[in-house]
Amino acid sequence: MRGWDLGDTRMNDTSANPRGGALGDTLFRGASLVAALTVLAVLGAIILMLVKGSMPALGKFGFLHFITSAEWNPVTEQFGALSPITGTLVSSAIAIIIGLPVSFGIALFITELCPVWLKRPVGTAIELLAAIPSIIYGMWGLFVFAPFFAEHIQPLLTATLGRLPVIGALFEGPPLGISVFTAGVILAIMIIPFIASVMRDVFNTVRRELRESAYGLGCTTWEVVWKVVLPVTRAGVTGAVMLGLGRALGETMAVTFVIGNSHDLNTGLFWPGNSIASTIANEFTEADGEIYTSSLIALGLVLFLITFIVLSLARIMLIRMSRQDGAKS
Amino acid sequence: MKRTLAAACAAAAIAILASGVASAGVKTITGAGATFPYPVYAKWAEAYYKATGVKLNYQSIGSGGGIKQIKAKTVDFGASDAPMKPADLDKYGLIQWPQIMGGEVLAVNLPGIKSGELKLSKQVLADIFLGKITKWNDAKIAAINPGVKLPEMKITVVHRSDGSGTTFIFTNYLSKISPEWKEKVGFGKAVSWPTGVGGKGNEGVSSYVSRIPGGIGYVEYAYALQNHLTWTKLENHDGAYVTPTAANFQAAAAGADWAAAKGYYLLLTNQPGAKSWPITGASFILVYKKADKPENTRAVLKFFDWAYKNGQDAALKLDYVPMPEKVVDMVEKKWSQTIKDASGNPVWAK
Amino acid sequence: MNLYARRKLLNVFNLTASVLATAFGLFFLVWLLWVLFARGFAHLDPALFTHDMPGPGSEGGGLRNAITGSLMLTVLGVIFGAPLGVMAGIYLSEYGRGGWLAATVRFVSDILLSAPSIVIGVFVYEIMVAPLGGFSGWSGAVALAIIALPVILRTTEDMMLLVPDTMREAAAALGAPRWKVITRVVLRAARSGVMTGILLSVARISGETAPLLFTALNNQFFSLDMSRPMANLPVTIFNFAMGPYDNWHDLAWAGSLLITLVVLGLNILTRAFLRGGNQKG
Repeated sequence: MRGWDLGDTRMNDTSANPRGGALGDTLFRGASLVAALTVLAVLGAIILMLVKGSMPALGKFGFLHFITSAEWNPVTEQFGALSPITGTLVSSAIAIIIGLPVSFGIALFITELCPVWLKRPVGTAIELLAAIPSIIYGMWGLFVFAPFFAEHIQPLLTATLGRLPVIGALFEGPPLGISVFTAGVILAIMIIPFIASVMRDVFNTVRRELRESAYGLGCTTWEVVWKVVLPVTRAGVTGAVMLGLGRALGETMAVTFVIGNSHDLNTGLFWPGNSIASTIANEFTEADGEIYTSSLIALGLVLFLITFIVLSLARIMLIRMSRQDGAKS
Repeated sequence: MKRTLAAACAAAAIAILASGVASAGVKTITGAGATFPYPVYAKWAEAYYKATGVKLNYQSIGSGGGIKQIKAKTVDFGASDAPMKPADLDKYGLIQWPQIMGGEVLAVNLPGIKSGELKLSKQVLADIFLGKITKWNDAKIAAINPGVKLPEMKITVVHRSDGSGTTFIFTNYLSKISPEWKEKVGFGKAVSWPTGVGGKGNEGVSSYVSRIPGGIGYVEYAYALQNHLTWTKLENHDGAYVTPTAANFQAAAAGADWAAAKGYYLLLTNQPGAKSWPITGASFILVYKKADKPENTRAVLKFFDWAYKNGQDAALKLDYVPMPEKVVDMVEKKWSQTIKDASGNPVWAK
Repeated sequence: MNLYARRKLLNVFNLTASVLATAFGLFFLVWLLWVLFARGFAHLDPALFTHDMPGPGSEGGGLRNAITGSLMLTVLGVIFGAPLGVMAGIYLSEYGRGGWLAATVRFVSDILLSAPSIVIGVFVYEIMVAPLGGFSGWSGAVALAIIALPVILRTTEDMMLLVPDTMREAAAALGAPRWKVITRVVLRAARSGVMTGILLSVARISGETAPLLFTALNNQFFSLDMSRPMANLPVTIFNFAMGPYDNWHDLAWAGSLLITLVVLGLNILTRAFLRGGNQKG
C-alpha cells in the first residue's frame, strides 16, 4: 500500500509528458471523486428523508420508548419497535450461524479439494443461488420449504435440541413452518453464495508459494487453510461475512413470506415473528395517519442504525485483530 | 467490458427512442389502490382496451396506497375498500363512489367437515377471534351445530399481516356484533389482534388456513372458491344462517341507502334482511373534484361508466356483485354535478 | 492417539465437512430449480413471449409486456448504476486509499447494501414520483440503480485492490499518466472481477420487487414509454402468485423460471466471453 503512495509522486512528475497526462488525470480523478461523493449524497438524502419522516413518531413516543416497547397497535396508534428489531437481529444471527460454516466449507472445497474440471461448474452453481431473486425464495419458502420444514425438520429439532437445558426453550413453537427460524434458514441459503464466492475469490488470491511452503513443511490441507490461508485473508473473509450480514438484515420479500408477520414476542424460535423490513413491506402501503406512517419510517431509521452499529463493531474487531497480528510478529 | 457497455448503451438508446415513439401513441390511464377489486378492474380494462383502444392500467398496491396516491396526484384515480370519511373528502377536495361489491367468508380447516356444514353465530365468531373460545369442540360451537362431529382441536386464528381493506371490513363487522371487540380491538385496515398468526395477502391467509389443522381465517369469496377452501355459514343481522352466494351479497346490498350516505360513506356489514350475507363490502373509486387534467378524468369516468353498463357479466363471473342501476344513475348524476375542470365546467356530461 | 493421527483425523473430518457443505449448498440449488422447472416449465412456451398478461379468469396469456419492461428497467438500472459504482470503486482503490473519505464512502456503501429495498423504493418515490406527479419506468430504473450501486462499488474496489502494486509501478515507470495506468492496466487486470460485480448487481436487481412497487409500479398492457408505469416481471410474479387464478399461478412460476434461467445464461455467457478476452489479452 505504501509503495503505491510513493509511486504517486513519481507519477505526478511524469504527468507533463506529451501523451497528455495532467488534464486527463485531473478529469479522471475528479470524475471518480464525484462518483464517490454521490454515494455519500444518496445515503445522506435517504437518512435525511428517514429522520424527517420519523420525527412525528419519535417526538410522540420518544426514541428509547419506541425501541423498547413491544406494543404495536394501529387502532390506538401506539407503536414500539422491539418485536421487529428482535426478529431482524435473531433471523440474521441464525442466517450467519448456519451460513458462515457452510460458506467456508464451500470455499474450502472449491479452492483446495475440488478437481480442476469441477471447479468452474461448482462455483457457477453456487453463484447461481445468489442469482435467484428474493421473491422466488419467498414463494418457494412459503409454498414448498415451510410445509417441508414443519413436517420433517421442526419435530426433529424439537425432539433433540429442544430437550437441552436452557437453549431448549428456543426450539419450541407451533408446527406451522412459518417462523423466525424458517426465515433464518432461508436467509442463510440466500447469503451462502455471497459469502462463499467472495471467500473463494479471496482464498484464490493467496500466493501459491505461501501454500506450497506450508505443504512443504508437512501441513495437512486443513492446516494450510486454517493456519495459513485464513489468517492472511481475514480482512477479506470479514468483508464477505459483512456482505452476507448486510443482505440478511435488509432482506425484505423472502422474509416477509415466511416469518409469520406477528408482532408478538416469543422465546421459541418456531413462533411466527417479524422483522423490520417485513413490517415496512407489509404495512407501508396501508398505513394511514401521520403517526402510523411515521412509525414505519422510524423503523427504517432503526434498521439503518442497527446496520451502522453492526458494521462499526465489525470494523473495530478487524482493527483489533490486525493490531494483535502486529504485536505477535 | 467495453463491448458490453457499448451494447448496453445501444439498448438504452433504443429504449429511449422507443419511449419517444410510444408517448405519441394511444391514451393511457393509471389507477392504483385496493387489492380486493383488482381482478375485476383488470378484467374490465382488458375488455375495455379491446372495445375502445384505451389502456387503463390498474395496479393493486393496497387501499391505503390508493388514497395516498390520489392525494399525491401520482395517479388518475385511486381505489379503496375502506371509504374515506366525508370530512376528509372535503379536506382534500376528493369525491368517492362505490364501484363494485363483494363478500368475505370464513374459511376453516377441520378434518371431515365440508363447506357449509359448520355454522357460526355472531357471538361464537367474535369469541373465537377474541381468543375466548380456543377449542373446536367448545360447548358454544357444539350447541349451534347439532349433528356435526367437532374435533377436539386447538383453534388457530389466521388474519392478514398486511394492512388491508379486507381486514377493515371484517373488523368493522366484528365491532358491530361485539361490544367487547369494539372496545378492546376496534376496526381498521390493521389492528392489534388478540390471537393468531398473520398471512400476507389473501393468498397468505388461504395457504395458512389450508395448512394448519384447526385454522380459521377470513378471505374474499373469490379466493375461497378458487382455492377450494371450506367456508362456513354465518348468522346474519336477522339471526338467520346464510350461505355466501352472489344472491345473498346482493341481498345485503339491496337495503343499502346510498342516497342518504354523505360522500357515499357507507359500510355494508351486518345489513338487515333474512338473506343478507353479513360481511359484504363495497369498493370505492376516488378522483379530484377539481380536475387538473380534465381529459384524464373524463377518460376515467368514461371507463367506469362503461364498466357500470357493460361489466356486470364479467363481475358476476368473478364472484363480484355489480352496483344496482338506481345507484349507478345517482353516482353519474353526482359526477356531472361535482367534478369540474379548472374553469368550472363539468367534466362529465351525458 | 498420537499427534500425526490426530492431525490426519482432523484433516479428514474437516474436509469431509467441507464436501458436505458444498453438497448442502448444491442440494438447495437443485431443489429450487426442480420446483421452478416442475411448476413453470410446462408454461415456458412461445405464448409466454408473444402474449401480454391475461386478465383475471381469462384463458392463457403470456408475459411479453412484463419481460420487455423488466429488460428495460434492469438494463437502464445498470447503465445508471455501473459507471457510478465502478468510478467510485476506482476512487476508493486508487485515489482515496487509506484516507478518511474513502473509509467513509466504503462504510456508507456497506450500509446502502443492507438498506431494505422497500425503503429505497419509498425514497425514490419521495424524490421522483411525487414531485414529477406520476409513476414511471425512469424512477424504477433509478431505484434499481441505487440498489446496484453499492454491489458494484464494493466488488470493483475489492477486485482492483487485488491487482499487485508492482503492476501499477511498472506502468507508471514507463511514463503512463495515472488515469491510463488505472484504465489500461489496473482495470484491465481486474475486469473479470469488476464484471462479476456488475453481474451480481444484475442478478440482484432483476428480481427486486419492493423498490418497483412505488416507482415503476406495473402495467397490464404493453408499453415502451419510460415516463409511464412500466410492466415488470417481479411485481407481476408477486401479483399473480398471490392471485386466486390457476393460470396466474402457472405464469408466476413460468416467470420465476424465466428470470432464473436468464440470469444463469447471462452468467455463463459472460464467463465464456471473459475467458476468451483474457486469453487474447
